[in-house]
Amino acid sequence: MHRLYLVPTLLINVVIIFIPAVLTVALAFFRWDGITMPVFVGLQNFQALWNDRIFWTALTNNLIWTGIFLTIPIFMGLLAATLLLIARRGSMFFQVIYFLPMIIATAILARVWQGMIYSPVSGVNGMLQRMGFPTIDPLTQPSTALLGIATVDLWHWWGFLCVIFFAALRQVPQEQIEFARLEGVSFWNTLRYVLIPAIRPTITLMMIMTVIWSFLVFDFVYILTQGGPAFSSEVLSTLAYRSAFYDLAVGKAAAVAVVISLFGLAATAFYIRAQAKEFQS
Amino acid sequence: MKREVTLIESRTTLLLTYGVLGIALVITLFPIALLVLNSMKPATQIVQNPLAWPETFRWDNFTRAWEDARFSTTMLNSAILTATTIVLVCSTASLTAYVLARRKIESWKIVTFYLLGTTTAPIQLFLFPLYFGFAKLGLINNPFAVALIYTAIFSPFAVMLLRTYFLAIPRELEEAAQIDGANHWQIFTRVMLPIVSPGILTVALIIGLYSWNEFLIATTFLQGADNMTAIVSFFLLSGQYSSDWGEIMAAALIIVLPVVILFVLLQRRFIEGMAGGSVKG
Repeated sequence: MHRLYLVPTLLINVVIIFIPAVLTVALAFFRWDGITMPVFVGLQNFQALWNDRIFWTALTNNLIWTGIFLTIPIFMGLLAATLLLIARRGSMFFQVIYFLPMIIATAILARVWQGMIYSPVSGVNGMLQRMGFPTIDPLTQPSTALLGIATVDLWHWWGFLCVIFFAALRQVPQEQIEFARLEGVSFWNTLRYVLIPAIRPTITLMMIMTVIWSFLVFDFVYILTQGGPAFSSEVLSTLAYRSAFYDLAVGKAAAVAVVISLFGLAATAFYIRAQAKEFQS
Repeated sequence: MKREVTLIESRTTLLLTYGVLGIALVITLFPIALLVLNSMKPATQIVQNPLAWPETFRWDNFTRAWEDARFSTTMLNSAILTATTIVLVCSTASLTAYVLARRKIESWKIVTFYLLGTTTAPIQLFLFPLYFGFAKLGLINNPFAVALIYTAIFSPFAVMLLRTYFLAIPRELEEAAQIDGANHWQIFTRVMLPIVSPGILTVALIIGLYSWNEFLIATTFLQGADNMTAIVSFFLLSGQYSSDWGEIMAAALIIVLPVVILFVLLQRRFIEGMAGGSVKG
């Protein structure tokens, strides 16, 4: 009888996710405009991607994004979490503030940064320019657009990591930290030899999730630059979206989605393996 | 008490710690402060100096934002969509979480790993066939159809979170009810559900937050002016060329304020729930 309990979840999941996912993989081998009959083209969509400069830019940007998010926010989160451990008093207050950007809609955060900070007209940036500082709007330069977007996501994201790391750090036996302090071990060495090894499973899990999420990034890119200027900040997910809904090249979009999924799949395998340990217990 | 004595840091260490934590605090709050501050200023003053205190308080920014973003319609749409999603996710996920946590069926492991896998599936992997399929069935601009998509995307997270709440219930309670002659449905609804109700509240809050803030699915599937959500109407308002940033920030504040108030009141629940499920918004 308990089988029936699973039916609603699995039915919705299979209809909305599983069947369309299988269809996407199939569509990657067809040419389709979303309206007329799909035409089988074999590997043509993938060949076209291989020769598409924008596809390689997007893939590179996703890899740069992964690199940025595997290092900077994890370091910031760890550092702040450790400092919260030292400070103790007020740690809940700091946590709540650091977490705040996570609960605000990405569409709103994107517009706040765009209009109030980056904009040369209405933003802090414009004010600095009028005061004579040679600042630029990073979103309008091909060389800095991706970094401009990543800054917004970093600002929005690092506090979440800080909260997760702080929760893990509080589980570390107090005696270990005390011992290190009594022995006169420096702050960085305590972090390196005591605290980080103690919460390694949490860090690993967050790094795996970072890889997965880095290939899904969409909102901030789509809202801030739409992949521009001149496709310089295009990522795979915006490329797929634009191909499907603006160019009506659904087959090409499906092929890009398959590429995204391959990267995700590798990370997901690690993710499930890491989680499996917890489920066995 | 001993621990209190040995962990007291030197004055300089503490000063440095609070210094760094304070800088992080300012950086986190800076864009949010700009949002609040400029929502009350006339556009002309924002262009002069986005950091300045309002010379005149323009409360009509809020009334104009409410009119221009058609919030009386779109807020209601968002509320209906959010409520529907919460009901769907909480009811279906609690059934599934119970069966998986208690290993009521032999294939619990496969189902668990399948659901874990779908939490990391890129939206683009199922978005395109889903969109064109829904278009064919006339389900574009249908809030219930979008609530089903949200349910599919969010319920694996809800299942994993609720699972831990079910695991914490002692087995004896279930066995005692069985001896008293309760059938499986009675055990689930009368014994288990009341005990996990705090978990269900946490899930409802977080799913509510995600649905309220969601952008990609909402902007794709709800395009009609009478069907769109508040986030999408905000996105369109802020994308117009003749941008009045005072009005845009007022619109942003209208959407953000209820969320922030809830978050401040129930911070622990939000933080523990979001950290426990590891889903990036």
